[in-house]
Amino acid sequence: MARKSARERMSNEINAGSMADIAFLLLIFFLVTTTIVEDKGITVKLPPWSEDEPDITKLNKRNVFSVLVNADNQLLVRGELAQIKDLKERAKEFIVNPQNREDLAEKPTKAIISLKNDRGTKYGTYLEVYNELKAAYEELWDESAQRKFGTDYTDDMSIAKKRAIRSEIPFVISEAEPTSFGEE
Amino acid sequence: MAFTKKRGNTSPEVSTASLPDIIFMLLFFFMVVTVLRDAELKVKVNTPQATELTKLEEKSLVNYLYIGRPLERYHSLYGTKPRLQLGDKFSSVKDIPLFLEKHKIKVPENRHGQITSSLRVDGEVTMGVVQDVKTELRKSNQLKVNYSAKKRAD
Repeated sequence: MARKSARERMSNEINAGSMADIAFLLLIFFLVTTTIVEDKGITVKLPPWSEDEPDITKLNKRNVFSVLVNADNQLLVRGELAQIKDLKERAKEFIVNPQNREDLAEKPTKAIISLKNDRGTKYGTYLEVYNELKAAYEELWDESAQRKFGTDYTDDMSIAKKRAIRSEIPFVISEAEPTSFGEE
Repeated sequence: MAFTKKRGNTSPEVSTASLPDIIFMLLFFFMVVTVLRDAELKVKVNTPQATELTKLEEKSLVNYLYIGRPLERYHSLYGTKPRLQLGDKFSSVKDIPLFLEKHKIKVPENRHGQITSSLRVDGEVTMGVVQDVKTELRKSNQLKVNYSAKKRAD
């Protein structure tokens, strides 16, 4: 049999022409399996579990901003029917109370937002309401940060700055045990 | 004249020698950004839209709870009522503590406080199931919760 000389075999390189094809194959695999879905959402800190409900009836009525959502996704804010789009402005006015009105919160640290829903409430509506309430606080923090430090309130701020703002306007949403009128 | 032919001694082909390198670079990019989907969804989850979103940073510190109506092919078995899915199977609320514990042992102990539960809930579901899940999470002392939502453009 005709054998190649040693030198000839040494000079034989691996053919790298198919490298691109292999890489393409891998690339397509990753392209297909990739989900570049960013995980985003509203972060909430739940209260620790306790058997007895916190009783908000003991609190001064002017400091409680009660929001009720019923099974038909209707909103009752402080005893009167309301729309979701008005919620943010009303909550902001309640927390800051710029005109020192008798029926709104004494000061932001005393303000409590009480949220109660039904077991038949649509989750989408619930989240929308929660989002509006959170937006109210975020805007107030932004305003406060602008006054104090000249910047918006962001997560990158130093902890001391954040604490300064959040101690002035603490985020208090108390969620009551839901009613169960409209459970499907 | 200036319009004289300049080519002639150069070969007209573009060298493809760097093609593998380019492709590999793309490949590495996708490998890094890829999150392999770990669970097949058995419930329909179409998360609602919201504006006040925070991003979940570390995937290893997050466990996912899906709530929604079973997909059509599971209707005969599981009905159409909203159900909870943990990992890749339908579960009841009672399974949550074990599920959380199973995730916890994979996380270093000093980071246990940073574990977040991501609730991926369909917008059309009623609050009843969600409430039960929330109560169970509170009982299991898993208080950091993220209601998964999409960015709303406004």
